[in-house]
Amino acid sequence: MPDTTAGSVAAQPAGSPAVPRVPAPRRRPAGTVYRGREGMWSWVLHRITGTAIYFFLLVHILDTALVRLSPSAYNAVIDTYKTPIMGLGETALVAAIVLHAFNGLRIILVDFWSFATRHQRALFWVVVALWVVTMAGFVPEQFAHVFGGAS
Amino acid sequence: MSDAANVEAAVADGAVSTGVAEAPIEAFTVTLIIRRFDPEVDAEPHWQDFDVQMYPTDRVLDALHKIKWEQDGSLTFRRSCAHGVCGSDAMRINGRNRLACKTLIKDLDITKPIYIEAIKGLPLEKDLVVDMEPFFQSYREVQPFLIASSKPEKERLQSPAARERFDDTTKCILCAACTSSCPVFWTDGQYFGPAAIVNAHRFIFDDRDEAAKVRLDILNDREGVWRCRTTFNCTEACPRGIEVTKAIAEVKQAVIRGHR
Repeated sequence: MPDTTAGSVAAQPAGSPAVPRVPAPRRRPAGTVYRGREGMWSWVLHRITGTAIYFFLLVHILDTALVRLSPSAYNAVIDTYKTPIMGLGETALVAAIVLHAFNGLRIILVDFWSFATRHQRALFWVVVALWVVTMAGFVPEQFAHVFGGAS
Repeated sequence: MSDAANVEAAVADGAVSTGVAEAPIEAFTVTLIIRRFDPEVDAEPHWQDFDVQMYPTDRVLDALHKIKWEQDGSLTFRRSCAHGVCGSDAMRINGRNRLACKTLIKDLDITKPIYIEAIKGLPLEKDLVVDMEPFFQSYREVQPFLIASSKPEKERLQSPAARERFDDTTKCILCAACTSSCPVFWTDGQYFGPAAIVNAHRFIFDDRDEAAKVRLDILNDREGVWRCRTTFNCTEACPRGIEVTKAIAEVKQAVIRGHR
């Protein structure tokens, strides 16, 4: 292997005093952030939203399962969901799901349709546009419910 | 330096000049910040600044040469042909994988320092040099050579259309710019990586080859084509302009079909 041949010869020059070697360096030093473009950032967003949705589902299964243990405890938990903070959380959840859904369709197209593979960058902005349109339809109504007490 | 620049220089001098040195082309100072690492001294890599006088026609590789030859002979990097063919000098220039010999200084924003570091995801050996062995290991595993049982008297004939099918992936120079730009490869060194899949694609879609099925089986692995998350970093990074992610998608589809 390259790091045991040339390197070790240079490390021990004849006649030089034995210098204690520094501890083995970390082999994979962290560098700067790679400057990827739309494709990479869409992947990052897909990961983040996907993980967030997963944790929501975990909690959601637990709170729904609560109804089998005690209906009153279930009601108490559901009541806390009606606070404005949870309302904002709901908005964030919908934002994450909408982005994940549209970008998921983009990824399927990229994998199966060569036109989409070539125009993936434009498709990402289509996803963003669809996300903006969907959220524009949802957010005013949601905020009216959360802050206006319309429900 | 181009002939046009020479002529321009000669005209500006008011004399027919043959020397490049007296050309009054404007030189500018560029700051390069290079991520240095000497395994015999450093525990961690560190950044070091260098100021160099450069011309608009110079490339990042010329700046590295100037530093090595005139300022600090210990600067270590790989380069061989210096003309974008051998694929030795892939490195991260301002955060993106590029060949130093194909990146003109004037195409970068020289009002800011230029950051140069080794490619990511392969073991760092010294300064800009990484251990390429894991990269070539994956390359060998896809069997990147013609496998054919027939023994023709002369050459193996192929139609232009059949040759066109895999033309894009014949351009690979194995510089590792794509593989080391892949977020999946950074965190999972077992992944075959874009370059190995590109070179598998080159033979999978070659109608003279008979082992497409074998290579598709190899790439239908947990660490094969399915690890690709279509971030397109590889396509952006390829100095030969290969549509790498498209080639990977074609291999994915071929795996599903079960044949080329």
